[in-house]
Amino acid sequence: MSIMLLQGAVEQGFIYALVALALYLSYRTLDIADLTTDGTFVLGCAVSASLASLGQPVLGLVGGFGAGLLAGFVTAFLHTRLKIQAILAGIITMTGLYTVNLWVMGGRADLPLLKVDTIFTYTQSLLGESYGKLITVALITCVVGVLLALFLKTQLGLSIRATGDNRDMVSASSIDPSFTITVGLCLANGLTALAGGVLAQYQMSSNLSLGTGVVVIGLASLIIGEVVVRRGGVGRCIAGAIVGSVIYRVLMVFALRASANPANLKLISAVIVAVAIGWPALADRLRLEKRKAAAKQKGGR
Amino acid sequence: MLYLENLSKTFAPGTVNEKHALNGLSLHLEPGDFAAIVGSNGAGKSTLFSAIAGSFFTDSGRIVLDGKDITFEKEHRRSRQIGRLFQDPLRGTAPRMTIEENLALAYLRASGKGASFGRIGKAERALFREKLAGLGLGLEDRMSQPVGLLSGGQRQALTLLMATLVTPKLLLLDEHTAALDPATADKVLELTRRIVAENKITCLMITHNMQSALELGNRTLMMDSGRIVLDLKGEQRAGLSVEDLLRLFRENAGKQLDDDRILLSGE
Repeated sequence: MSIMLLQGAVEQGFIYALVALALYLSYRTLDIADLTTDGTFVLGCAVSASLASLGQPVLGLVGGFGAGLLAGFVTAFLHTRLKIQAILAGIITMTGLYTVNLWVMGGRADLPLLKVDTIFTYTQSLLGESYGKLITVALITCVVGVLLALFLKTQLGLSIRATGDNRDMVSASSIDPSFTITVGLCLANGLTALAGGVLAQYQMSSNLSLGTGVVVIGLASLIIGEVVVRRGGVGRCIAGAIVGSVIYRVLMVFALRASANPANLKLISAVIVAVAIGWPALADRLRLEKRKAAAKQKGGR
Repeated sequence: MLYLENLSKTFAPGTVNEKHALNGLSLHLEPGDFAAIVGSNGAGKSTLFSAIAGSFFTDSGRIVLDGKDITFEKEHRRSRQIGRLFQDPLRGTAPRMTIEENLALAYLRASGKGASFGRIGKAERALFREKLAGLGLGLEDRMSQPVGLLSGGQRQALTLLMATLVTPKLLLLDEHTAALDPATADKVLELTRRIVAENKITCLMITHNMQSALELGNRTLMMDSGRIVLDLKGEQRAGLSVEDLLRLFRENAGKQLDDDRILLSGE
């Protein structure tokens, strides 16, 4: 039983790893906290579930990815062309997406997939009942991770990374930052929506509330991964995001088994993210206080 | 190679802060010209560079580079052909990307090879290695390290290499050695002299060092109030001393050269 629970956690870890990869692109690479994520995730769920219920599960994933690209484009347009701050641009798109998601799911907040073929129906018949799901999600995520790593070494990928790293340099070196930000945000949201799309078919339902807190969970995974794998080149960071996401889900299983109320999990995630991102400032402050205390002691002598 | 015709730019027009930064400036550079620009504080030297590079559009006038009118071309388009170095060595490189990735970015963008999805291969990596070795800073063995670990001088040398990896039509050097310590500044200046000469790059360099303004390159330009007041080349320039230069400036601009850094440097 507990092995099954663990396997489920790893499976979900691989699915949510796509969100961590998306945030690696938007938050770590472009230095933009993209709050579209919560809405995009549900958009992916909704599109994927709707198309799957029409008998098109594969198209569902592709469509979900495409819908995510569009959502990312809207945020990028608001930010780069209309000069709205990135965070607000994301919130605006996310808010609008709530209604769009409701439309896609035919006006219902919940869309169960009953007696419907999903990608997992195919792969499980191919790879066996017990490990079919695990292999599928691991494969999807690893392929996406490798493609992302390759992409970030291309001219366009390097340009996107430079945009987030040194804006001064970018405008003086023939890169149009509006364009690179747009491509980066589109891609990031495409990945987030793909994660939503896979999850909807994995758990055979789509729900409007699935997206709440996804961005924070994704960040928490990213940070856990950085601690475990250590930051380094692109490949390392991408591997870290995937590992971090799996660890996060496994930790959640343990937290649940320790009879923590599942409703507490979001608060725990929020604390992890706040502490992890705020840690450098906190550490600086502690060091300063220590020096102050030491100086006082010396002065007293 | 470069024609500037009657360029004007006024900042904050109609306010008390109105500033005529460029005042009907004209200049013509021949291919391979290497001109040093000196001038008072606020003479419009950096503004001139920003106008050429396209950081803003001028109020009037024309900019023609290699026969092409680029007056209204956007900055990121112009910079395919114009390399620019700033005083701040941190401005030209991406600190979290490796030396190789920085060079790859500069190379792929300037050469236009393989479009958006182009990547560098073995041949390019060997080229980068060779060019880095040419800097004599030992950077060729640190290609996979992030640029943020390099010193200011190393970063500026790398920026220079990135700007000239694919020979630009014009190189703008905005006091690119002023923030470095004297020994490093000399080294970067020497590299500049060599790279510009080897590739016959048309180059404009702003400097506060009167001596290098006379020694480097083949022309010395003096700016005041958004205009070029003195253009020295050939025999006129040969054998000129710093005192002569200051006297010529006084005669042509009708005032002393009031550059605090020049006075402080005691040259």
